Parts: sequence; structure tokens; C-alpha cells
Amino acid sequence: MGAIQRSFEGNVELSRIKSDLKKQQRNLLIRRFFANKSVLIGSIISIFLACVVLLAPFIAPEGPYAMEVANRLQGPSSAHLLGTDNFGRDVLGRIAYGAQISMGVGSSVAIISSLLGMMIGLYASYFRSLDSVLMRICDGLMAIPGILLAIALMAAFGAKTENVVLALCIVFTPHIARAVRSAALVVREQTYIEAMKALGAPSWRIIWLHIAPNTLSPLIVQATFIFADAIIIEAALSFLGAGVPAPAPSWGNILSDGKMVIFQAWWMTVFPGITIILSVLGLNLFGDGLRDLLDPHTNQAKK
Amino acid sequence: MKVYMLKRLLSLIPVLFVVSIVVFLIIHLTPGDPASVMLGEEATKQQIEELRQKLGLNLPLYQQYFHWIGGVFQGNLGFSFFMKESVTKAIFDHLGPTISLSILAEILAIGIGVPMGILAARRRGSVADQSFMGLSLLGISIPSFLLSLFLMLLFAVSLKWLPVAGYQPLSNGLWNHLQYLIMPAIALGTMKAALIARMTRSSMLEVLNSTFIKTARSKGVKERHVVYKHALRNAFLPILTVIGQTFAGLIAGSAVIETIFNIPGIGQLIINSVLRRDYSVIQGAVLFVTISYVFINLAIDLLYGVIDPRVRLNRK
Repeated sequence: MGAIQRSFEGNVELSRIKSDLKKQQRNLLIRRFFANKSVLIGSIISIFLACVVLLAPFIAPEGPYAMEVANRLQGPSSAHLLGTDNFGRDVLGRIAYGAQISMGVGSSVAIISSLLGMMIGLYASYFRSLDSVLMRICDGLMAIPGILLAIALMAAFGAKTENVVLALCIVFTPHIARAVRSAALVVREQTYIEAMKALGAPSWRIIWLHIAPNTLSPLIVQATFIFADAIIIEAALSFLGAGVPAPAPSWGNILSDGKMVIFQAWWMTVFPGITIILSVLGLNLFGDGLRDLLDPHTNQAKK
Repeated sequence: MKVYMLKRLLSLIPVLFVVSIVVFLIIHLTPGDPASVMLGEEATKQQIEELRQKLGLNLPLYQQYFHWIGGVFQGNLGFSFFMKESVTKAIFDHLGPTISLSILAEILAIGIGVPMGILAARRRGSVADQSFMGLSLLGISIPSFLLSLFLMLLFAVSLKWLPVAGYQPLSNGLWNHLQYLIMPAIALGTMKAALIARMTRSSMLEVLNSTFIKTARSKGVKERHVVYKHALRNAFLPILTVIGQTFAGLIAGSAVIETIFNIPGIGQLIINSVLRRDYSVIQGAVLFVTISYVFINLAIDLLYGVIDPRVRLNRK
């Protein structure tokens, strides 16, 4: 009886230590987060842009297509903070609604290619016979310069927003698969995986419950960079007329309209341009900082 | 070294095989019939059928592939129905401007990136270091096509120092040739310069902290000698990798830049073919650029052995 009582107390004690440890770990993560300037600045910029996406209907209540023909090509003024374009549409409104499209394409590419790439990377690392085939396909796809592959795929699929997402997923999935695979190969050789195998655990259980969580940090870092790259390539494709079709206010389309009137309207090039740079800079800073945060080797706030 | 070279070459075969399949499939990924897409809506059934015959679209897929790849091995990349000439000829006609632009951009990138990286590494933590690294972060974050629009606004629209767009071949005089290429070269070179600067800095920092540099310094070797002769030579391998990657990337990156500045290079050829749906040109040009990309990287890899004897000996 006494022994059971003692072991019960011991369990309570253990769980208290465990929860304390968890709290400490959480505090450490929060402290690191604020000590890491890149992550902080990057997340502020990203949150700001997310607000723009959500608040677009309030920033431009008349919508991105409303034209005021009398006010064509007006410079920045109190009525139109960032000026109007060659159809008399409010540039601020178009940039705000464009954020929905451009960030939407970027985030869907990041999420879909992460999921696909993770699956490919994990299975390639676990089953050696799959590995050589899958990785040769990835190598081949990665050998074609990304923007060219995207352009060629868009030529085949046709200019449509969904097709931009599809094409960019084909471009970026191999990158994720490579990153996940190399992380998973290290985990695969650990003793605890060997132990799981010896205990007769099914392979899906080992892959998804024991290897996958250990590949998450390189995956998340890679996904942030892909988010940024996807925004750039989407803008470039739309700018060239091979991306999001014309009247939709993607950032590349605003720039493409602006290029035609570059002599009359600098604001149509400068403001969407700054928006793209800001979002890419924010995501890159976030990714850079996150890599430091998640990788204990390069951590600056070790205390 | 020879064994290594052979292995490296053999490893390219599966990669190029996958590339060829992807490029071949581009035309077949089109929803609907590629022949009717190419001819537009007004084409008659007979015209479409003729084009299908010419493109070999009625054959089974694998036969089409072998037919196409057989041509590729003989240097025949197909026929452009819009330009009425062979794709190989179209590519070589457009090659000059792209090479000029890439070389100029690479010279700019190395000329700015390497000295910046060395200076930043020598004065680690100084104002110069921090501002260089800030600049390089900005350089990495500005997509080249945006930078070219900004440069155009500044130098062509406001200051009117340079022509907005266009191209003059080298045979029309060096200045005529260069003034059209300055802005696109800066636009293309800036990101590469930033990447090279970062790599140079981190690579130099690693070498400058090693013991043989300490030895050289304590022997009383001049600081300039230490940095440029002892450190730079040893730090150069990773720098070379980045230079190689950026040079190969330049050819791809020029697709957008050439279209903006209206330079008749490979990039513009690809974009125009996309807008005209001239599939055989897209396939040929993408294959050509990818193969040159792969082989430039191979050449850089093999160059390591020449530059660094340690690599040569280890690989034996």
C-alpha cells in the first residue's frame, strides 16, 4: 500500500517537473524570439502585410476595378493616396486587393509544395528503392532554372491563377523534398528508430510519428523562402503576361500596366514595387531568423 | 581525377534524361489539342490535321519522344512555325545579346561582390561590414525585374542619361553596345553581387581565423599579402561555386530582363514564343539553356581540382 502511495506521489512530482520543464522551454523560445532581431522585424512586416490582405475591403471600399475615367493617371493626392492608373483605378486599392492574390498564390504554393515535398522526402529517405527514382526526378526538375520551368509550364497550362499555383508547386516541391530527405536520412540512422523497427512498428508509424516531426524545422525554414520566391516569380509571370490574367490586380499586373505608362506615372511602378520588396524582405528575414532560432548551433541567445 | 571526372559525367545522364522528358512533355500538358491552340480559333480542320501530321502528334507518345530526342542528338531542335526557320538557327541568332549581357553582369557582380566581401571580413563588426551586409540583404530581396524598372525610372525617365530600351550589336561601336546593356547588367548583377559578397565574407572569415594565417602574421608577412595571397586563395573555392551558380542563373534570369529592355536575346525569344504558343521554340530554348546551365556547373566543379590541389589529391 505504502509503496503504491509513494510511487503515486512520485508520478505527481514527475509530472510537475515535466510541466515546469515545458514552461521553461516555452520561456526560452519566447526569449530567443525577441532576442532574434531578424525574426522580430520579419514577423512585424509579415503581420502588417497580413493585415493589408484582411483589410483590403476597408482600404478600398469601391473595389479594385472601380474606374474614374476623369481621374486617369493622377499622381498621389489626398483622394488617391498612391495615385490612379491609366484606367482611373485607385492604385492603393489595387495593391491592397493584389496582396490577396499575390500572397494567396505565395502561401498556397508554400503549403502545397511543403506537404507534397515532405511526403516525397520522407518516403524517399525510408525506402531506398524509391529513393533513387524520386531523387533523380527531383534532380532533373531542379536542373531546369526555376523561372524558365515556370514560364514553360505556364505556356502549356495557359494563363490562369490556379495554373500559376500548379506550375510553381511543380517548381518548388523538389526543393522541399531534398531538404526533408536530407534531414530524414540523419534521423533514420538513430538508435531509437532502430528500436522501433526491432519492436515491429509499422513503417507508416515510424515515418509519420517518429521521423516526420524531426524534419519540421528545416521544412518550415525552406517553406518561408519558397513563399518569398513564389511571390517574386508570380509577379514576374504576371508582369510578362503569362501569369494571373489581366484585369485582376496581382502585383505583377499593376507593374505591367505601369510599364506601359512609365513616362507619365512613376507611382504605378514605385509603389507596387516597394510592396513586393517589403514582403520578400520580411519573409526572408523571418526565414533567416527562424533558421537561427531553430538551429541550436548558430543560436545567439543561448541563455 | 579522371575517375572522378568520369563519375561526374555519368551522373549527368539520368538528370539530363529527366530534363528531356519534362521538356518533351511541355507540349502535351496543354489542355486540348496543341495544334489547334497553336493555330488559333480561325484554323480549319484541315490545317489542324496538317499541323498534327507535321508535329507528329498522331504517333504514340513514346515514338514521338524517340523521334524528338533523336533529332536533338543531331542538333535538330525542331521547326518554328511562326518564324519559319529551324529552332537551332533561331537560338543561335539570339545567343549573342544574351552572352554579352551575362558577361557584363557577371563582371559587375564579381567586381563589386568580392571586394565588398573581403573588406567586410577584414573589418568584421565595423560600420562598413554592417552596412555592406545590410546592402547585400537588400540586394537579395529586390527581384531583378523590379530593379530594372526602378533603374529605368531613374536613369532613362528622370535623368535621361541612358536609352530606355533597345539593343545595338557590338559591331556598331563599343559605347553604342554598352549604353543599352548598362541598366540590364546592373539589374541582373546586383543580386549576384550580393550573393557573392555574402559568400566571400563568410568564407574569408573562416580562413582568416585559421592557424596558418596566424603563423603568417607572426612571421611578419605584410597584411595585404596575408589577405590576398594566403587567405583569398584558400577561401576561393566556395566563392567560385557561387560565381558558377550565378553565371548559370544569369542566362535564365535574363528572360524577364531582356523582355523589359527589349533586348533580342534567348530570354526574349522564349517569352515571345510563350505568348505566340510556339511550342517547339520553347522546348528547344529551355532545353538549350538547361544543358548550358548543367555544363557550366560541371565545368566549375572540375575547375576546383585545378585551383585547389587538396581537392585533386582527395578525389584520387
